[in-house]
Amino acid sequence: MATVIDMPKLSDTMEEGTIAKWNINEGDKVEAGDIVAEVETDKATMDLEAFDGGTVLKILVEEGDTVPLGEKLAILGEEGEDISDLIGSEDSGSDDTDSDKPKSDDSDSNDSDSDESDEEGTSGKDKKKESKDDKNESKDEKKESGKNFDPLFGDLKEGKKGGNGKQDDSDGRVKASPLARKMAEEKGIDVSRVKGSGPQGRVVKADVESFKEEDAKAKPEADKEDAKAKKTPAQPAVTGTSLQEDKEIKVSQMRKIIGKRLAESKFTSPHFYETVDIDMKKAMEVRTALNEISDVKISFNDLVVKACAIALRQNPWVNSSWMGDVIRMHGDVHVAVAVAVDEGLLTPVIRHADQKGLRDISIETKDFAERARDKKLQPEDWEGSTFTVSNLGMYGIEEFTAIINPPNAAILAIGAIRDVPVVEDGQVVPGKRMKVTMSSDHRVVDGAKAAEFLNTVRTLLQNPASMLL
Amino acid sequence: MAQKQFREVIRDALREEMERDENVFVMGEEVAEYNGAYKATQGLLDQFGDKRVLDTPISELGFAGLGVGAAMNGLRPVVEFMTFNFAVVGVDQIVNNAAKIRQMSGGQIKIPIVFRGPNGSAGQLGATHSTAFEAFYAHFPGLITIHPSDPYDAKGLLKAAIRDDNPVIFLESEQMYGMKQEVPDEEYLLPIGQAKIKREGTDVTIVADGKFFHIAKQAADQLAKDGVEVELIDPRTIKPFDMKTVIDSVKKTNRCVVVNESHPFGGVAAEVGFQIQRDAFDYLDAPVLRVTTPDVPAPFSKKLFDLWLPGPKQVIDAVNAVTYRT
Repeated sequence: MATVIDMPKLSDTMEEGTIAKWNINEGDKVEAGDIVAEVETDKATMDLEAFDGGTVLKILVEEGDTVPLGEKLAILGEEGEDISDLIGSEDSGSDDTDSDKPKSDDSDSNDSDSDESDEEGTSGKDKKKESKDDKNESKDEKKESGKNFDPLFGDLKEGKKGGNGKQDDSDGRVKASPLARKMAEEKGIDVSRVKGSGPQGRVVKADVESFKEEDAKAKPEADKEDAKAKKTPAQPAVTGTSLQEDKEIKVSQMRKIIGKRLAESKFTSPHFYETVDIDMKKAMEVRTALNEISDVKISFNDLVVKACAIALRQNPWVNSSWMGDVIRMHGDVHVAVAVAVDEGLLTPVIRHADQKGLRDISIETKDFAERARDKKLQPEDWEGSTFTVSNLGMYGIEEFTAIINPPNAAILAIGAIRDVPVVEDGQVVPGKRMKVTMSSDHRVVDGAKAAEFLNTVRTLLQNPASMLL
Repeated sequence: MAQKQFREVIRDALREEMERDENVFVMGEEVAEYNGAYKATQGLLDQFGDKRVLDTPISELGFAGLGVGAAMNGLRPVVEFMTFNFAVVGVDQIVNNAAKIRQMSGGQIKIPIVFRGPNGSAGQLGATHSTAFEAFYAHFPGLITIHPSDPYDAKGLLKAAIRDDNPVIFLESEQMYGMKQEVPDEEYLLPIGQAKIKREGTDVTIVADGKFFHIAKQAADQLAKDGVEVELIDPRTIKPFDMKTVIDSVKKTNRCVVVNESHPFGGVAAEVGFQIQRDAFDYLDAPVLRVTTPDVPAPFSKKLFDLWLPGPKQVIDAVNAVTYRT
């Protein structure tokens, strides 16, 4: 019996995945446990294992394609097995399967109405049959009707917007809503010259309203350009000669997820910011002393992570998450550390950071940073943080504000240690200062609570020996 | 003005009409001694006695017929069905007699009767206790079908129904009996067959009745946050249906989604959609879509039931489709 390999959920935030590489070809034999593909998720490239053995009968998704969770990727089975059923129910069924489809024995099928109103049906099965039998229907329509028909809520969905805005002229009709047609007539516009933005290029009210004669004149050329434009980068809007061509880079899974999650965080959680300036003189001395005896190099970041972990234990409100109906005060302290990688950033988690010594924190952080850069981190490495530390000190950034890493309630942004003149006992003397800025989610943490936390962090870093207790 | 529950205004309407007209009487399962399965008839037995508040046996066909006979003879019965799911047993009396006798007698015999009770689904009650009958009763000429969505409308319309000389199907909902609203202290009646625009908007018309009005309202509130202004129409009476209000609205918004609890095939939404395309064809910028319970009996399983019963999300999806926002 044929089995389907579909896009699995490889991380808790994953909604779609990209086939980075297929390790199999159609016709290959596969055993359970074989790595059949590499899948790029929102954060890492992961191996896709086959759970069953068999012959690869069909590969449905090409390398580089991105598909949602659960989408069929490939079909395994016995050689020569009939899988037309499996492919038939697949919207993206490819061309060469057409010959597998049962021939229609209904000679009247050509008379059946191929109008869009057919989107309603009494059951999913009937609908599919209709689509298959109806030779009048263009392939696109077949796709549309299959996708939009919901066996339960039949006509909830209308067609998807026609991607390129071009009329589907397979039957020579101009598709326009009755209102658009009437408006065009009143305005003296030939509706066939209006570019439609609705399903299958249907001209709708908005298209007629925004229609300009100049657009129509430019249209024939624009149409020709359409196909070309897809492959070549868009030209800059400004006139004149450009010295360097613009480049468009496909948005990676990681960038997509960064964009989505951080926008969500910034737009939904009310951020506020508090900054403290910390005297790092003693911390520098302690670090030098520690590094003389330690086999691994302790960084300032490690000291900050440790200080935060202890401070989180003492200020549980900061170690919390907004859950809508409740605020979850986390029992454990798991501190995420933002790590920059080529395509974006990752936030691996130092678990139970309050229980760990500086040496362990240092070793783990280095290991994470290395694996992050090699794209070897696994979901369990970045999930479950209760707080995040982001450090740009090494770039000489004096201070900055970070966006909270959901579902955390706060994030601490670490600036560089600066040489500054400070006044001690009435004398101006050289000092070492570091600014840290905390972004807090006001739904969970109030100003005073955040200040108390920052005060604890400052006290710990200014008296680093207390962290050794 | 006082805050009143849906069940209280039903009771108030019955009481006021019984005080006003001694021909009005109430009949049904558990309406008297037990004060009503949903307490809609509480206190009526004490006030009006057992000649005007009658407990019946579990025999819907029997007491529906008793009501029709009483109405033919000049009384004004209000027959309570514990739910309209049980009324299916008495449908011969409703559809063949109550609905048709006035016409068959050349107008000589009036049938001033109200059949009232909860309609539609109310959680996991299984397939046979979850049917929405608006479209079913509205199908038959001779019957008036009323489906209010809040206490204010319910009271005014029930009083009008009792005074009407035609048989009226008055549909309520188990899930709305506890719903509260400000209701005037003084007497008022509402005209049968008149829709009400309950929210004005410019982008899309939603027509929604009864319990489903509230999922449409939730959707409209959510859509307003996204900048889509919904015009929300509560038809209140399913038949005669106030199409003029709907057509006028669609001429303004150019788009319509009909939300109704009956199944899709031949349902209320189908009829409204048909009339819109006939009477407002040149004003439509998108096909009329509908949100209904699916063409499947209600499942019992919680997960399947939640999938079966449409909610605000389905309404929002439909609005997004007709406004070309998907």
